[in-house]
Amino acid sequence: MNERRLASDAVCALERQYRFQWEPAQESFVLLYPEGMIKLPGSAGEIMKRVDGKTAATDIVRSLEQAFPGVDLRQDVMDFLEVAYARGWIRTK
Amino acid sequence: MLEVGSEPNRVKPPHWLNAEITFRCPLHCVYCYNPVDYARSGPELTTDEWLRVLRQARELGAVQLGISGGEPLMRDDLEIMIAEARRLGYFATLLTSGVGLTEKRIAAFKEGGLDAIQLSFQDSTRELNDFLSSTRTFELKSKVAKLIKQYEYPMVLNVVLHRLNIDHIQAILDMAEAMGVEQLELANTQYYAWAMINRDQLLPTREQLRRAEEITNRFRDRVGKKMKLYFVVPDYYANRPKACMNGWGSVFLNVAADGVALPCHEARMLPGLTFPNVREHDVRWIWHESPGFNAYRGDGWMKEPCRSCPDKSKDFGGCRCQAYMLTGDATNTDPVCDLSPEHHLITDVVAKAQSAAPPVTVHPIVFRDDKNSRKLSAKNPPETAPAE
Repeated sequence: MNERRLASDAVCALERQYRFQWEPAQESFVLLYPEGMIKLPGSAGEIMKRVDGKTAATDIVRSLEQAFPGVDLRQDVMDFLEVAYARGWIRTK
Repeated sequence: MLEVGSEPNRVKPPHWLNAEITFRCPLHCVYCYNPVDYARSGPELTTDEWLRVLRQARELGAVQLGISGGEPLMRDDLEIMIAEARRLGYFATLLTSGVGLTEKRIAAFKEGGLDAIQLSFQDSTRELNDFLSSTRTFELKSKVAKLIKQYEYPMVLNVVLHRLNIDHIQAILDMAEAMGVEQLELANTQYYAWAMINRDQLLPTREQLRRAEEITNRFRDRVGKKMKLYFVVPDYYANRPKACMNGWGSVFLNVAADGVALPCHEARMLPGLTFPNVREHDVRWIWHESPGFNAYRGDGWMKEPCRSCPDKSKDFGGCRCQAYMLTGDATNTDPVCDLSPEHHLITDVVAKAQSAAPPVTVHPIVFRDDKNSRKLSAKNPPETAPAE
């Protein structure tokens, strides 16, 4: 699983069996799938919100740096997307 | 006794709502977990009542919705419930035998936003020993599996294993592969309700289990990531109890066809507890305030050896229903635990099951049908009247 690498210009989409949404009871974004839920608190939720099947990873970084100016987010965002890709939450298009 | 219950703020919201929307079923599975006296349960909730339950549970925080039964396809308002579930933001899974699943219906489910379908392979014929060679069953499942794929649902198949079918494991695995199953759950029977009545006939031998696991592992090595495989051993062969429902009233809310709300599928059997009906109470009160849901929350109810056991926050003392069924007291340690002074109640049954010969039983196998349910209802009058 760890060998799956994500190119920075890759366009990411959610894998088919997952649904991403805000859960008021959890006060968090979550990924829902058959018989389970993954909580995506804070920045994880903000990143996943931008995984829409149209935006490249590098543009997700740019969009977040605009939303949270003054912070270098590239490494954190790419690290999270790598994890999401390796765990099969997202796929590349 | 109800320390936790008296502090409702500490109780987390339910995660799962399991809606057993009907007890009607075209099948007669000998291991069914529906109550054996389902035939005397009250009238089914109406469409509007179900929609209200869905809304109230969602407001409380439930996010996973299981739509089960009986056979949920027996209700023709399923499409309405699915659309409402999606609107409310549930992740909705339909648990079905596939009997009655037409293209028209699955198209409507997709349109309404149903997220997943779990197809179960039941004993749909009464010829248990050769149910796998029943072409009718195989053809039906294949047809349904094709529909599920066509509508882009992940293909999840659940097969309940027991003494009479476990030796067919290779055929089951081959069938799953031929059907393009992506997730296969091989769940050994749990001994409640109809399965408890038929326990002698259903409990496999240790050798049967060993062989089935071996064949499953070999298959798993061959197919790799193509299929997710789960093999669940019967807890009778364990020496620590299962963390039943992840703790009483912790994450799971079951609403039965007649509106009775329960912390698990089976809790209705427990004496001295009255479980609330969604016709009379809202889901918030049921979850947080009702005595039934608070009865075994926390660990204040525990006796030794659970009370001082370091594992009590891990397994919650096992299953209250199993403790009651086997020891007569729901506050006892689940006898599956080898620390239970009554663990012999499990090991005796397991020892008896080891003979390869057909088990000597006091009665022939009992099929889950209305006639048998009425007979069993008459034989075992309820200690407390079911909530109306």
